[in-house]
Amino acid sequence: MENAIAWIFIFPLFGSVACAILGISNRKICYPIAVLSMAGSLWAGIETLRQVLSANDHTVSYLFGGWTLDAYPRGVGIEFHADILGILITLVVLGVGFLVSLYSKLPVEEETPGKEPLFYTLFLLQVTGLAGICLTGDAFNLYVLIEVAALTGYGLIAIGSNRAAAATFNYLILGTIGASLYLLGVGYIYIKTGTLNMVGIHDIIVAQGLADSATMQVAFVLVGVGILIKMAFFPFHAWLPNAYCNAPTTTSSLLAPLVTKVMIYVMIRMVLSVFGVEFSFESTLWTDVLPWLVVVAIVCAAVMALAQREIKRMLSYLIVAEVGYMVGGVWIYNYYGLIGSIFHVISDACMTLCLFLGAGLILRKAKTTHFDGLRGLFTKMPLTMTGFFIGGFSIIGLPPTCGFFSKWYLITGGMVSQRWEYMIVLMFSTMVMVVLFFRMIERIHLAVSESGENLGHGHGDLGLTDQQTRFDEGPLSMLIPLLLASAVVLVVGIYNQEVVSLIEIFLSDFNLPRGEGIE
Amino acid sequence: MFEDGTIINELLIERLNYLIYVVLLLIGLHAMIAKKNLIKKLIGMSIFQTAIILFYVSIGVKEGSTIPVYLPEHDPHGSHSVPSDTNETSHFEHGPVILDSSLVKGYANPLPHVLMLTAIVVGVATLGLALALCQRIYQGYGTIEEDELLAKMESREIRAKALSVQIPKDQKLPKKDELKKSKSRPVSKSKTQSVSKPKSKGKK
Amino acid sequence: MSTPEVTVIQDIRPLIAFVAPLLGVIGIVWAGEKRKNLRETFTFLVASIQATVVLSMVPLLLSGTIVEFHIWQMFTHVPLLLRVDGFGLLFACVASLLWIATTVYSIGYMRGLHEHAQTRFYAFFAISLSATIGVAFSANLLTIYFFYEMLSVSTFPLVTHMQDKEARTGGRTYLGYLLFTSLCILLPALSWCYVWLDDGNVAMDFLADTGKVGNFSETTQIILLILFTFGFAKAGIMPLHSWLPGAMVAPTPVSALLHAVAVVKVGVFCVVRVYSDIFGTEVLQQLDGEDWMIGLACATILISSLIALSQDNLKRRLAFSTIGQLGYVILGATLATQQGIGGSVLHIAMHACGKITLFFCAGAIFVASGKKYVSELRGLGRKMPVTMGAFMIGSLSVIGLPPLGGFVSKWYLALGALDRGATWVVFVLLISSLLNVFYLLPVAVTAFFRNPADDSGSEIKEAPMACVIPLSITAIGCFVLFFISGPLVSMVGITD
Repeated sequence: MENAIAWIFIFPLFGSVACAILGISNRKICYPIAVLSMAGSLWAGIETLRQVLSANDHTVSYLFGGWTLDAYPRGVGIEFHADILGILITLVVLGVGFLVSLYSKLPVEEETPGKEPLFYTLFLLQVTGLAGICLTGDAFNLYVLIEVAALTGYGLIAIGSNRAAAATFNYLILGTIGASLYLLGVGYIYIKTGTLNMVGIHDIIVAQGLADSATMQVAFVLVGVGILIKMAFFPFHAWLPNAYCNAPTTTSSLLAPLVTKVMIYVMIRMVLSVFGVEFSFESTLWTDVLPWLVVVAIVCAAVMALAQREIKRMLSYLIVAEVGYMVGGVWIYNYYGLIGSIFHVISDACMTLCLFLGAGLILRKAKTTHFDGLRGLFTKMPLTMTGFFIGGFSIIGLPPTCGFFSKWYLITGGMVSQRWEYMIVLMFSTMVMVVLFFRMIERIHLAVSESGENLGHGHGDLGLTDQQTRFDEGPLSMLIPLLLASAVVLVVGIYNQEVVSLIEIFLSDFNLPRGEGIE
Repeated sequence: MFEDGTIINELLIERLNYLIYVVLLLIGLHAMIAKKNLIKKLIGMSIFQTAIILFYVSIGVKEGSTIPVYLPEHDPHGSHSVPSDTNETSHFEHGPVILDSSLVKGYANPLPHVLMLTAIVVGVATLGLALALCQRIYQGYGTIEEDELLAKMESREIRAKALSVQIPKDQKLPKKDELKKSKSRPVSKSKTQSVSKPKSKGKK
Repeated sequence: MSTPEVTVIQDIRPLIAFVAPLLGVIGIVWAGEKRKNLRETFTFLVASIQATVVLSMVPLLLSGTIVEFHIWQMFTHVPLLLRVDGFGLLFACVASLLWIATTVYSIGYMRGLHEHAQTRFYAFFAISLSATIGVAFSANLLTIYFFYEMLSVSTFPLVTHMQDKEARTGGRTYLGYLLFTSLCILLPALSWCYVWLDDGNVAMDFLADTGKVGNFSETTQIILLILFTFGFAKAGIMPLHSWLPGAMVAPTPVSALLHAVAVVKVGVFCVVRVYSDIFGTEVLQQLDGEDWMIGLACATILISSLIALSQDNLKRRLAFSTIGQLGYVILGATLATQQGIGGSVLHIAMHACGKITLFFCAGAIFVASGKKYVSELRGLGRKMPVTMGAFMIGSLSVIGLPPLGGFVSKWYLALGALDRGATWVVFVLLISSLLNVFYLLPVAVTAFFRNPADDSGSEIKEAPMACVIPLSITAIGCFVLFFISGPLVSMVGITD
C-alpha cells in the first residue's frame, strides 16, 4: 500500500478525533476505537518496514503537502524520512502503544472514571507524536512533534490524582526548558545552513566544512543539552520518578517505555545523521566528558533505586540508569557501542513495558505496590509474576532475554574502546539490579519479615491467610498484553541477530571504529 | 569605544538581538527555577519562550528588505505579472514559484516567521495546559506556592502512614482533630514465634 | 584431545537430552500436588529418556564420531551449538544416571519429612538437570554461559526451599557469589573472546579456536586465565568457595545432586573446558605464571581438607570435602597435560558417585534419627548397617583406594603431575588423601565401633527403603566405575 508511512499517523490522529467527538455521547466506544486505531497504525508500520527493506537505499521518503525535493537543498516541504533506524523504533512505539491500548480497558475505567474519551484522545495523540518523532526528517517538525508528545504526556499524567497534577507541573517546566533549548539549537543550525531538512543539513555541513564553525558547535551543545533534559539524563531526571509513580497505570505503562527511549533515538539521529560522525565525535569534547557523566548518572540512579521500597519508584530510577547505559553506548564512540545502544532502545522499551504492565496488575490485585504487600504473590498470581520477572531478568541481563544481548554489545563496545570506566559501571549496576530483583523475589517467596523474623509455621508457610494465597489472577484484558510483552522480550532476545543485522545495515553508512587492532 | 571590532560594538550594535534574547532567556530561566509561586514560574516560562521567538524573528531580518508578501509586479498569479516567454495554456500557475535570486534579496525571510507561528501555538498550548494544572493544584491543595504545596503533600503522606492505610488516589483524609479522637497507632506486626530452633527435628 | 580421524554428524539426540526434562516440567506442574504418583512418574520418565539418549551416544563416541546439533544462530559467528565429545558425554552420563537415583531418594526423603511445595521442587530440579546437560554438551563459550546462568537461576528456588531466615541467608550468599562472578568477571572475558577469538568462521568455539589465545600478549593471557578461573564461581576455588557451605540450608536431595554432582561439577567442568579447549595444553605450559594456578588449586585442596577436619556438622564436613575434591579437578586442568586433564574429568565422574553416596547417607541418617552431627553418630552403625556401610564405601572411594573408582582418577592426576614435572604436586595429593582419611573414616568408625552415649536412640531403625536403595546403588556404582574405567579413560582422551 502506498503512503503507508502516512497511514501510521492517520489512524491514531483520526482515532483521537473520533474518540473526542463520539465519546461525548457514548463513553464505551473509546476503547474499541483506540485499539482499532493502534492496530491499523501497527499494520501500516509493518508495511512501511517492508517497503524500507525492499527499497534500494533502505529508505522511504514521503513529503507532506505535495512538495518536491527540487529546491535547495532538499526542498522546502516537510519530509518524513523512514530509514531502518527510524522504522524500527517506530515499530517499537506502535507495538508498545498497541499492547497498552489492549491493557487499558479496566485501569482507565477504574482509575479515571468518566474521563475515558479525554484519556483515549490524549493517548492516541501521544502515540502520534512519538511515532512522528521517529519518522520525521525535518528538524523543526521534530520540535513540534516533541512538544505534541510532551503536552499529551502532561495531560495523560495529570488526568490522575492531585499528586499527579503537582508532579506534572515540574515535568512541564523542565520539559519546556529542554524542548526550547532544542528549538534554539535548531535556530542556530538554520542560521548556518539555511535548511531544516535533516539530510540537507548534513549535506551542507559536509559540503561547506562547517565542523569548526562556532555557531555549529553552539548549536550542537544546545540541541544536545535540550535532548538530555528531555530524556531525564542525570541530573535532569528529577521529574521522572514523581511523574511516573503518581500517574495512572496506563499512562505510566505507555510513557515509561517510550518517552525517554524516543529521545535517545533523537540523540542518535542528531549525532549520526544530522551533524555527522566526524563533527559529533571528533570536533567536540563530548566523547571525553560524557562517559564520565554517564558513570555518575548510572551510579546515582542505581543507588537511589536501591533505596526504594515501592515497585514503580524503583522502576523509575531504573529507567534513569538505563538511559545512562544508552547515552554511554553512543558516546564511547565505536561500532559495537552504537549497536548496543540502538538495540538497547528496542529491548529496554520491551522490558520496561513488561515491568510496568506487571506493576499495574500487582497494584490491582494486591492493592499496593509496596514491597511489604507482595508476599505470596507467586502462588496467587503466577502468570503475572512470570511476566514481571521475565522483564526483571531482562534488566539484569540473563540470557536469553533481550537485555542480555544489549548488555553484551555495550560491554563489547566499552572494551573495544578501552573505556574501562563504562564497563565497570555496567558491571556495578548489573549487580545492583540483581540485588533489586532478587530482593523482590525474596519478599514474595520467603516467609521472613522485614526485620528478619520468621513468619508462619514453617514448612514454607508464609504467614498468610488462605484467601491471600489462593489462585486469583488478574483479568484477561490486562494479563494477555503482559504475557505478550514478555514473549516479545524473549523473542527479541532469541531473534536478536535479525534485528542487529538490520541495525548493522543502518550503521554501515557511517564510519565507526571497530577495534581492529590487537589489545 | 564604539568602533568596529571591539566587544562593546559587537555586542551592543552588531549582535544586539542576541544580547536581548539571551537576557530575556536568563530572566525567564531564573523565574522558572527560583520563584516559588507557580504562576510566576509560568510567567517565566512565557518569557523564556518569547525570547526564543524573538531570536528567530530577528534572524530573518535583512537590511533594506520589505515584508515577505509578493509585490504586485512580482506576483506570478496576479494580473500584473509578466507573462512568461514559453507560453503555456494559461499563465495562471499553480503552486509556488521560485523567484529569481535578485528579486528574493528584497524580501525578508519568511521562514522564521512561519516557524515561530507554530512555536507560538505550541507555547500557547503549553501555557493553557499549565494554567489548568495550576487551577487543579489549587483546588486540590489550596495553595499555589511551591513550598506550601510540598509541605501539604508531605503532611498528607504522614497522616496516611499513621492511619496505616493505603490511600486511594483522591480520597479525602479526615482532618487533624478527627484523627486525635481515634486510636493513635494500631498495634504493630505481632511478633510471631521467634526463630530459635535448636537441634530440633524438622527441616534438613 | 580429539582423535586423529573424527567424523562429525548432525543428530537430534543432544537436543532431546536437553529438552526432555523441560517437557517433563509441564507434566510435573500439571500433575501437581493432587496426583503425586503421576508427578513422580513424569520425573522418572524424562530422567530415563535423558539417560537412555545420553548412553546411546557412547558407542558413537568410542568409535570416533562426534555428534552435533545446531540450535540457533545467536551472533554472527557464534551459534548456540550442542556438541557431544568425550568430556561432555562422560559428564552427561554421570549427571543423568545420578538424577534417576536422586529421584528415588527424593521421594523417600521428601515424603518421609512431609515437605512442602514438592511440585516446585521436582519442577526446578528437572530444569536444573536440563541446564546441566546443556553445559555438558556446549560447543562454545556462549552456549556454556547460557546454560551456566540457567543453572544458577533454576537452583535458587531449590536452595531457598525452606523459605525461612536461614534459607534467605543461604540463598543470598549462593546467588551473590554466583551471579556476581558470572556477570562481573566472566562477561568481560567472554566479550573479549567474542571480538578477538574469531577464526573468521566461528568465534569462541571449543573445537575450532583452541590455542588462538596464544597469539596475544602474555598479560592478556594471564588476565583471561584469572577471569575465567574465578568467573566460574561454581567451581568453588578459594577464596570464592563460601557459597557452598552456605547452600547447605537446602534439603539433602538438593545438596546431594546439585552440590555434589550438578552445580559444582558444572563449575569445574567449565573451568576444565576453558583450560583444555580455549587455551590448550601447549599454550598453558608456555605461559609464565600458570604455576600460580597450580599452587592455588593445591592450596584449595589442603585448606579445605583442614577445615573439614574441624567441622562437626556432617553436611558441612562433606561440603568442605567437596571443595577439596573440586580442587583436584582444577588441579588436573592446571597441570595442562593430557593425563592431568583426563584425570580431572575422570575425577568429576568418580567423585560424583562417591560424594552422592555420602550425602545420601547423611540425609538418610537425618530422616531416620534426626541427627546432624558427627559426634552424635555413635553406635548408629548397628541400627543402620546398610547406610553406614555405604558411607564407608563412599569414603573409601573419595579417599582413593582401589578397587573403588576414586583411585583411577587420582592415579591419572598423579601421572599428569609427573608429566608436567611438578613432583611436589604428588606429595600434595598424598597428604590430602591422608587428610581425607582423617575426616571421613572416623564417621563410619564411630558409627560401627563405638557404643552410643545413651539409650535414647533405641527406636531408630534403618532409613526408609526409598532412601536406602539409591545409596546402595551408588555405593555399588563406585565399584563399577573402577572396573569400567578402561573405556572411560579412552573417552577422556588419554592415550597411553
